[in-house]
Amino acid sequence: MIKTISNLGSYVLDGIEQIGRTFNLLLIILWKILQPPYQIFPIIKQVYFIGARSMTVIIISGVTIGMVLGLQFYNTLERFGSVGVLGSAVALSIIRELGPVMTALMVVGRAGSAICAELGIMRITEQVDALECMAISPDKYLVAPKLVGGVISVPLLNFVFNVVAIGGGYFVGVVLFGVSEGSYVNGMIDSVLWSDVRLGLVKSLIFGLLITLICCAKGFYLHLSKYGSQGAEGVSRATTDAVVISSVSVLLCDFIIGALMS
Amino acid sequence: MSANAIEIRDLVVDYGSRRILTNISFDIRQGEIMVIMGGSGAGKSTLLRCLLGLKKPTSGHIHMLGTDICHASQAELYKLREKMGVAFQRGALFTSMSVAENIQLPLREHTDLDESTIQIMTRIKLDMVNMLPYEHLMPSELSGGMAKRAALARAIIMDPKLLFFDEPSAGLDPITSAELDELILLLKKSMRMTIVVVTHELESVFAIADRIAILGEGKLIQVGTPEEIRNSSNETIINLLNRTPRENNVDRDTHLERLTKDTQ
Amino acid sequence: MNKITIELLTGIFVLIGIAAFTWLAVSIAGASFTEQPGYTLEARFTSISGLREGAVIEGAGVRIGTVSRIDFDPDSFEAIVFLRINEGVPVQEDAIASVRTQGIIGEKYINIVPGGFDELLGDGDELYETESAISLEELVSRYIFSSED
Repeated sequence: MIKTISNLGSYVLDGIEQIGRTFNLLLIILWKILQPPYQIFPIIKQVYFIGARSMTVIIISGVTIGMVLGLQFYNTLERFGSVGVLGSAVALSIIRELGPVMTALMVVGRAGSAICAELGIMRITEQVDALECMAISPDKYLVAPKLVGGVISVPLLNFVFNVVAIGGGYFVGVVLFGVSEGSYVNGMIDSVLWSDVRLGLVKSLIFGLLITLICCAKGFYLHLSKYGSQGAEGVSRATTDAVVISSVSVLLCDFIIGALMS
Repeated sequence: MSANAIEIRDLVVDYGSRRILTNISFDIRQGEIMVIMGGSGAGKSTLLRCLLGLKKPTSGHIHMLGTDICHASQAELYKLREKMGVAFQRGALFTSMSVAENIQLPLREHTDLDESTIQIMTRIKLDMVNMLPYEHLMPSELSGGMAKRAALARAIIMDPKLLFFDEPSAGLDPITSAELDELILLLKKSMRMTIVVVTHELESVFAIADRIAILGEGKLIQVGTPEEIRNSSNETIINLLNRTPRENNVDRDTHLERLTKDTQ
Repeated sequence: MNKITIELLTGIFVLIGIAAFTWLAVSIAGASFTEQPGYTLEARFTSISGLREGAVIEGAGVRIGTVSRIDFDPDSFEAIVFLRINEGVPVQEDAIASVRTQGIIGEKYINIVPGGFDELLGDGDELYETESAISLEELVSRYIFSSED
């Protein structure tokens, strides 16, 4: 019994330590990006890896979700005789909620896990130490471009997701179920406000920062975690943890931001 | 400034509650090859990490080329590191870049040299380690020996004053190991570097060392020339040099008890 | 993957993203970077329950403006609604502004019914004829209590 409590205690303490380390990493990087040499091309490369290369996944999942929403909302609205609001329903759900959240989750799976694994492996093969000994700051050279790349890419991917999802809903509602094009499109235009788009933008910016930071920290500080000495298995456990923690954080933040900004 | 490149004073290092190094003090003179030896767990790697500035000791000082790295700011430490080169045990080459790109990295980050100068300097160093034909290979395509040579080229690209080797012969066949020893001697002669080698490969030790420092259980046992060490009367050193296995004399009953404890 | 290709593809990606954002913001949300030409009128209501800033202003069923701001007057306990009317739409001095609902449970909007006077309202003028939002509960309770006679 005592053992369970003490295990739980050390688990919680470890968790708090990790949160502190992660936040610390963020502060260090924010401080260092402002000093030359500026890593412009590495940032572009990261925007490419995190953003441009996720486009296929985002477009496919965006269209699919849009179609699913169109289908489900049509189903429900038809019973109330209000299919005219289909456009509003799909657009608002996507722009305010599903766009930012789904985009973030897709990016975690695609890019977040890769980032964590890459940094973790570099850490345990002494490549990070090698950078330090060459007087190249590893957090600035390795982590900072990824962080900036994530903050830039995720909102952009979010907007693409939104557009194709609304298109998916249009396809199902207007083309398949015969909802009038006018009511879908104008319903959207009438009910979507700048505050909705702004909410989506704020969410995706915060999510982008959050998921990139967590995945980077998990990999970069692998040697400080309890499975840091386990080599390849340590890396895979850290990566799994990173994906799970990022995803859950996104969902939690989604609620908090929504509550604060409404 | 003294003729010492590195002065270690009263170094004490703990990992958590475990004391790894106790009161280590010795000097490394400019232009010499100092080999740090010791059995496994004696603290060699920890000492090396402290010298590289990767671990801060619990107490003590390490004066390197005038700077006390244990109490220096990050900016000072980085300035010092531009004069240091490190060859890690498994190379630690960056896997996303070719051999040439690996070697050029310090030049690109710390200097404003133009492209062709960078290429030429890279080739010079590659040639020194006999890796010139392989400059465009990726690290994953290299054998162990090739990776270590590439890592060495990267370590010396900025013509450092201090060069550190972590187990240079680990995993190498005797011939490649001997070639690496030749290289180390050549570097000392032609480029007048101070070289610190951490190893426990006896053959290499006596082939290259100007002086040897022997660690045992976290303490400095002796520092001296190869002659002095060979003639040492210290029991640990004699065992180390003669490769005497550690004694395992327990009487039969104790041994039996050890084997069968908790198995019923 | 050489440097130029990466930069090119990244640039395309960024442009697509920004284009998507612009389409969302401007076409759908109706955000405009400059104020639409028009004029602003004031109107006071005893209740505008559910009306939001940015809500539509309709005349004869056509969108003729947007609610730009909603304030509260603590002295008279009224809502002050600022109506941004598009240029070229005349609003007479005795026009009526009423808060209506789209459908039965839809969004609230302002409907303008034209008046008979010749004088037109200009920028900053107040529209005095207003009809506040009809609350369903009030209607039902009035019906219930009136039928008790």
